[in-house]
Amino acid sequence: MISFDRVSKIYPDESVALDNVSFSIEPGEFVSIVGPSGAGKTTLLKLFLAEEKPTEGDIFFNDTNIHKLGKKSINDFRRRVGMVFQDFRLLPGKTVYENIAFTMEAAGRTDEEIEQDVPHVLDLVDLSSKIWNFPKELSGGEKQRVAIARALVNEPDVIIADEPTGNLDPVNTYDVVQILKKINDLGTIVILTTHNKGIIDSLGKRVIAMDKGRIVRDDKSGKYYI
Amino acid sequence: MTREMLTTKLRRVIRTGFFNFSRNGTVSLASVLVMTVTLMTIGLISFSGAVLETSLAELRDKIDVNVTFVPTASEEEILSIKHSLESLPEVLLVTYVSREEALTAFKERHASDQAILAALDELGENPLGAVLNVKARDPSQYASVADFLEGDNTLSQGGLTIIDKVNYFQNKTAIDRLSSIINSADKLGFALTIILAAISILIAFNTIRLTIYIAKDEISVMRLVGASTTYIQGPFVVVGVIYGVMAGILTLLIFLPLTYWLGGVTESFFTGFNLFSYYTGNFLQIAGIIMISGVLIGALSSILAVRKYLKV
Repeated sequence: MISFDRVSKIYPDESVALDNVSFSIEPGEFVSIVGPSGAGKTTLLKLFLAEEKPTEGDIFFNDTNIHKLGKKSINDFRRRVGMVFQDFRLLPGKTVYENIAFTMEAAGRTDEEIEQDVPHVLDLVDLSSKIWNFPKELSGGEKQRVAIARALVNEPDVIIADEPTGNLDPVNTYDVVQILKKINDLGTIVILTTHNKGIIDSLGKRVIAMDKGRIVRDDKSGKYYI
Repeated sequence: MTREMLTTKLRRVIRTGFFNFSRNGTVSLASVLVMTVTLMTIGLISFSGAVLETSLAELRDKIDVNVTFVPTASEEEILSIKHSLESLPEVLLVTYVSREEALTAFKERHASDQAILAALDELGENPLGAVLNVKARDPSQYASVADFLEGDNTLSQGGLTIIDKVNYFQNKTAIDRLSSIINSADKLGFALTIILAAISILIAFNTIRLTIYIAKDEISVMRLVGASTTYIQGPFVVVGVIYGVMAGILTLLIFLPLTYWLGGVTESFFTGFNLFSYYTGNFLQIAGIIMISGVLIGALSSILAVRKYLKV
């Protein structure tokens, strides 16, 4: 489904962010990527989203080389990937409803679909009561749940969660992880990067550990080691 | 893309634009005001162009050359010179003032001066010669008109010149100076127009760019959820156009009392030119220039500014 084939990323200042990384992810997997800051986790995700180009190697999604796609196809591809960030990245000028609707509008969905799906997906993350609030009126945990709802609404093949719990307290962290697990149970690939040992240990899913741009360990049912 | 999808998209873009405009109240207000200053500058430039043009035309109109003939010159000879003057390409208009008319005008001019009138009566006959009043198309062309009059073609049959004097030679310096002033005023006005317009457009552009700079993170998020370039850019362009339209209307409204107030001043300063009647008389044209400038500046600034943040 997703495969990285000997991917390296060297920035113009000669710093090596990724060094000959290869791995693949099968449909329905829940993969956690762990490692210290600067290990290359974020670069990995950026390359997957075609925000940056690899210096060497190829990245495939369903046998399509992502970095050979044209501009329009990249937009189509990104709509099949849901993103959740540590800093939420909601659109501050839009209400909760509009934030989620925007993603659907960008995907060319009809007004009827939007009116039907947005309340539904907000119900899924238990935020129906905040549908007309602006992001600044929400708590961190609520914002992250909106972000997850936004990532979910186009029924993506993959959800990427980059340190989604980095700004959250333990209760909200638990909630977010439970939601991600639920999404994965429904068949969506989830790729999670985190520093949180507790999350990894409690998940009992596949863990890829990175250090200095290399994969140092890839366990089917891993624990968090430093 | 189907037609239906296209209209849906367009509707969404316009609606989002209006939402963004109204939700960012302060930023929108500031941008509209800056844009208003820009459009007022453009409007004032066109006003001053009109003022300059009228006053220069008036000045040009004041310059002429008078050819005074000796009193013995026959009307026939004078009219033949008038005819040959009129056939010169440089000459716009020649008016003939007969001896009698010259006398009447002279008497009128000195109606209050009894001594002169008495001296005229004493003389018994009309001492004044007939006059040809020559207007050239351009002030610089008086020299060649004067040359023509100096030449042989104005000699009477007896070989004696019938021209008493041509006042060009008295007024030469004044005419030369005036025509050089007119020329440089024309050039200076044009250069100032270009510079002022460029500066004010840059200021408006920069303001809009700043408002979009605030949204640059937002733009990158839109990119990451897979929104297309036009779909991201569209609402910003709509907001830019709203800025332009609102600023344009505001400018046109401000100009009403402003030109009314300046109208009296301009009328007494530049004879016959009233700014208010110029504004109302050419309203459609001025409104067109201002509204089109506003919309173009707004839309283009938005397109250029968003493009910078769309590279992801």
